[in-house]
Amino acid sequence: MKILTGNDLPTGDVVWWTGSDWSRHVEDAVDVGEDGERLAREEEAARRVNVPYVIDAEATEGGPRPAHIKDRIRALGPTVRADLTLKPADPAAGSWVI
Amino acid sequence: MYRYDQYDQAIVDARVAEFRDQVERRLSGALSEDQFKPLRLMNGLYLQLHAYMLRVAIPYGTLNSAQLRVLADIARRYDRGYGHFTTRQNLQYNWIQLKDAPDILAELAKVEMHAIQTSGNCIRNISSDQYAGAAADEVTDPRPWAELLRQWSTFHPEFSYLPRKFKIAVIAAPKDRAAMRLHDIGIEIVRNADGQQGARIFVGGGMGRTPMIAHEVRDFVGIDDLLSYLEACLRVYNRFGRRDNIYKARIKILLHEIGVDAYREQVEEEFLAVKQLGLDPPKAEFDRIAAFFADPPFQADAPDTIDRSDPAFALWLDQNLAAHKQPGYAIATISLKPAGGIPGDATAEQMELIADLAERYSFDELRVTHAQNLVLPHVRKADLYAVWQALDGAGLAEANLDLIGDIIACPGLDYCSLANARSIPLAQKISNRFADPERQRDLGELKLKISGCINACGHHHAGHIGILGVDRKGTENYQLLLGGSGAEDVSLGRITGPGFDEDGVVDAIERVTDLYKARREPGERFVDTYRRLGMEPFKEVIYARP
Repeated sequence: MKILTGNDLPTGDVVWWTGSDWSRHVEDAVDVGEDGERLAREEEAARRVNVPYVIDAEATEGGPRPAHIKDRIRALGPTVRADLTLKPADPAAGSWVI
Repeated sequence: MYRYDQYDQAIVDARVAEFRDQVERRLSGALSEDQFKPLRLMNGLYLQLHAYMLRVAIPYGTLNSAQLRVLADIARRYDRGYGHFTTRQNLQYNWIQLKDAPDILAELAKVEMHAIQTSGNCIRNISSDQYAGAAADEVTDPRPWAELLRQWSTFHPEFSYLPRKFKIAVIAAPKDRAAMRLHDIGIEIVRNADGQQGARIFVGGGMGRTPMIAHEVRDFVGIDDLLSYLEACLRVYNRFGRRDNIYKARIKILLHEIGVDAYREQVEEEFLAVKQLGLDPPKAEFDRIAAFFADPPFQADAPDTIDRSDPAFALWLDQNLAAHKQPGYAIATISLKPAGGIPGDATAEQMELIADLAERYSFDELRVTHAQNLVLPHVRKADLYAVWQALDGAGLAEANLDLIGDIIACPGLDYCSLANARSIPLAQKISNRFADPERQRDLGELKLKISGCINACGHHHAGHIGILGVDRKGTENYQLLLGGSGAEDVSLGRITGPGFDEDGVVDAIERVTDLYKARREPGERFVDTYRRLGMEPFKEVIYARP
């Protein structure tokens, strides 16, 4: 599957396209199919998100898992500071990234 | 240390107001990211993996306690309670929100700080010897020279859009503690046969994709000619440096392509023309700047002995202290490299404690080192035990300066959008593997440096042992280098061969250090043994089949 990501304009937070809006949680990302580039252009033009881009992801039971480690680190947070990730209390979160 | 005059303060305040307006226009939608990006970068604001990142300039690595307290306050109020000291003696915040950036810059301006020229193709923060003004071995304090260059290079209209970024380091001691020869321009202040001070000028060094050691282009430039000469160096680069290929745009490539002699000829010709422009300041102006760096009021009869009866304190003294020019005083390095820690990170609370110690015990002065540590430059030997006790209580008394645990590491793929591999977890594994202090001391001086990509922010080319993280078909892979040095014995590390995974490279380092222990001769550091033996015996143990 292909999913769309970027950074929120005022906060810089990593965000994912849900089909109608942007979410902080990669689990909410939807398959954008062939529409990713068009959506990216529209959303950037509307100043809702910074530098959006399309990535490959694997559809899993827990939701999309980005194909590249860089985007998995973006999705969760730094691997060296579990306390600063989106799931600080989840001991399995690190293995999802690596 | 230098204090802003009305002009310094006015231009920094004006820049804050200008950036506030630019941010408002970006948030309102009036500016696109393409339009805004060069404006935010000129103010040190990057967009990284998780958020905006703000890089704050710390000129030649010198801070006072009020400035460090503001850095701590910003970390707590606007970031996530910590900051990261960098290999350019700067500080980075990793979790900045765009809407807060103007307020942060305003807070910095109140203590004479900013983030100007910490990004972009301009002359970046001037770096220097962290022991400047205190070292027993220095010819003079290099900071007045560095400050003169800071003023010359700040908002220099001709050098705001160079072919590529430009880094300058200034030292004034035979020991190079600033990786001077690995800068676009390296300056060593020396004394000539007549006793006059002047600058040896080295050009064309750098790390990154194509590491090179700077060439000497002039053996002596007096202070009366320094700015004209450097202006000429930059003008020749600005004219002939390649703008068609980002990978060939640094001045080191220009020197490599035309040769140092041809470059020197061009510079000398340009220098004659520039010299007519009256660019160099009158002596009184240099003296005005130098007066800010006058020695603090040292106690003339400060005791020169230290009570070493506490063994842990004695170990810290042996490892983290450097000789001071003033009897009765010492230079103390505070390691930001605990075993398993994140190199260069400091919490707001740690920063505040260190600021308090600087205020109480070091004439209000602090330094940031390019090796991502902090320094109290002027501590009475009689006060060292109290300083150490306070540091120890805060987990800041690691006695590992220049040992294998004192690792330089860039933020790597955990934070940086340019990185190909993570650096920090590797630094943590290595420092944990070699956590035994006795083992570290037995290995002696061993500078280990890790970069998460070819841009080499972690100085891997200059490590006695260097590690470069690469992306091999979507998997992190680490190349090992041996034999580099950023010191006065400058050299570039050589890649040993095929790379390793994270655990593999830690094992390889252990085999390398075991070989060093087996083959070293008395007094040899790791890098000395490597230079004597050459690469082959190290490769044999690194790639030996079990």
